[in-house]
Amino acid sequence: MNYLSDIGSYAIMVREVFKKPTKWPIMRNLILKEIDELIFGSLGIIIFISIFIGGVVAIQTALNLTNPLIPKNLIGFATRQSVILEFAPTFTSIIMAGKVGSYITSSIGTMRVTEQIDALEVMGVNSLNYLVFPKIIAMLFYPFIVAIAMYVGIFGGWIANVLGAHSSSAEFVEGLKLDFISFHVTYSFIKSVVFAFIIATIPSFHGYYMKGGALDVGKASTVAFVWTSVAIIILNFILTQLLLG
Amino acid sequence: MIDIVNLHKSFGDSHVLKGITTSFEKGKTNLIIGQSGSGKTVLMKCLLGLLIPDDGIISYDGRRFAELSGDERRNLRQDMGMVFQGSALFDSMTVEGNVMFPLEMFTNQSRSEMEDRVNFVLKRVNLVDAHKKFPSEISGGMQKRVAIARAIVMKPKYLFCDEPNSGLDPNTAILIDNLIQEITKEYDIITVVNSHDMNSVMEIGEKIIFLKNGVKEWEGTNKEIFRTDNKAITDFVYSSELFKKVRQMYQEEQD
Ligand SMILES: Nc1ncnc2c1ncn2[C@@H]1O[C@H](COP(=O)(O)OP(=O)(O)OP(=O)(O)O)[C@@H](O)[C@H]1O
Ligand SMILES: [Mg+2]
Repeated sequence: MNYLSDIGSYAIMVREVFKKPTKWPIMRNLILKEIDELIFGSLGIIIFISIFIGGVVAIQTALNLTNPLIPKNLIGFATRQSVILEFAPTFTSIIMAGKVGSYITSSIGTMRVTEQIDALEVMGVNSLNYLVFPKIIAMLFYPFIVAIAMYVGIFGGWIANVLGAHSSSAEFVEGLKLDFISFHVTYSFIKSVVFAFIIATIPSFHGYYMKGGALDVGKASTVAFVWTSVAIIILNFILTQLLLG
Repeated sequence: MIDIVNLHKSFGDSHVLKGITTSFEKGKTNLIIGQSGSGKTVLMKCLLGLLIPDDGIISYDGRRFAELSGDERRNLRQDMGMVFQGSALFDSMTVEGNVMFPLEMFTNQSRSEMEDRVNFVLKRVNLVDAHKKFPSEISGGMQKRVAIARAIVMKPKYLFCDEPNSGLDPNTAILIDNLIQEITKEYDIITVVNSHDMNSVMEIGEKIIFLKNGVKEWEGTNKEIFRTDNKAITDFVYSSELFKKVRQMYQEEQD
């Protein structure tokens, strides 16, 4: 029952975010600040993780290729498929839920416990629009991060493949081009837009409606991470069924 | 005029406000006094709609607050200024940014007009050299003064101050009290101040409401408060040795 009422309040919050907009010059600055924080601030860690994940996928595929009848270009093929379909959009989103999500919950939660949100409301500012809207807009740039994660992940796979001498560079690239379905990339971007919205709003919800003091801000961040991840995993399943099933 | 009728507010089992009825008048500094925990902050937050009362009516110049739509409420709030007990400054902004914020949000003034206004109000709260500092870099008393500057920068019609001079030295406290009174007269606004400072009571208590355990125990002016025989009031007012002495001398003089 509690979960249902939470989902209801979440929906009401999302609707409120789009009401009584903040003046554009101010909103523009807020959006730029959030793009810097949420998007550029996450590039480093995403690139780092993607390179290694791509590498690991390539190595594991290579190590399982013991049957000489299976062509070597499978390594490139498998790396491309796993990175584009799952690792770049979904795995990256879980990392973003941790990194960006905890930042969002704790920054909004701190404003809640120190009454800064009340101060905004008393001035007549729509605090949900002021605080959450710029994060949603900034996260619309999230597919760019996913695109970078795709390139870098595949590049990591190529490096691991060549360094480990599992197959030749040409075989790997041949695998990359094999049976390429461009809709898979579209599918991946559709997923990442949905996840971006989740990553911006669920942590905001947990920060905005939190009660208590500084200690509870930490707890709220943890709870927010759990629910953001759960939402991503469930939506991943549903979207895959809808788009590819 | 702000009218409050039979206001109740509970948190779980604890009944904090137990049927408060009173009104706050224009052009006057209205004081809510009472011991720590008596419900002053809760009452003020109910007035602003930050807490939703369980029962009772709050109306602003005849318009019932609870019946306003979200947008009407926000428009009304643009006419309000509030100083929170904990200052509630935006910690991502400088002092200047905090005070300028309402101007940026709700006016179309040019940058230099806004700067002039910010300088003016910061000067009025006796704060001239902290413009570029962040809230975490200034003292609690300075934060309070920034909060006051932020609350008055838009020339509000309703000014709410939750213990505006707690944590200030006596001189600055008097300065702030006088400032609040001056602004009230100058702009002919409704000012509500929470306090347990007897100096404020004497200085600016044109209308005083005394809360005790969530009940309005007494109501009157600062002239009346020193003559009342209400036991709870005298216990509260003469809790300090200094005031006890003054009252004793005053009574001896009368005899
Ligand atoms: N959000 C809340 N949840 C539960 N109880 C609360 C809440 N806010 C206030 N209370 C309770 O209401 C009572 C009145 O609190 P309030 O903050 O109004 O006191 P106060 O008169 O402002 O005191 P002080 O002078 O110390 O600021 C206290 O017993 C407090 O515990
Ligand atoms: Mg209080």
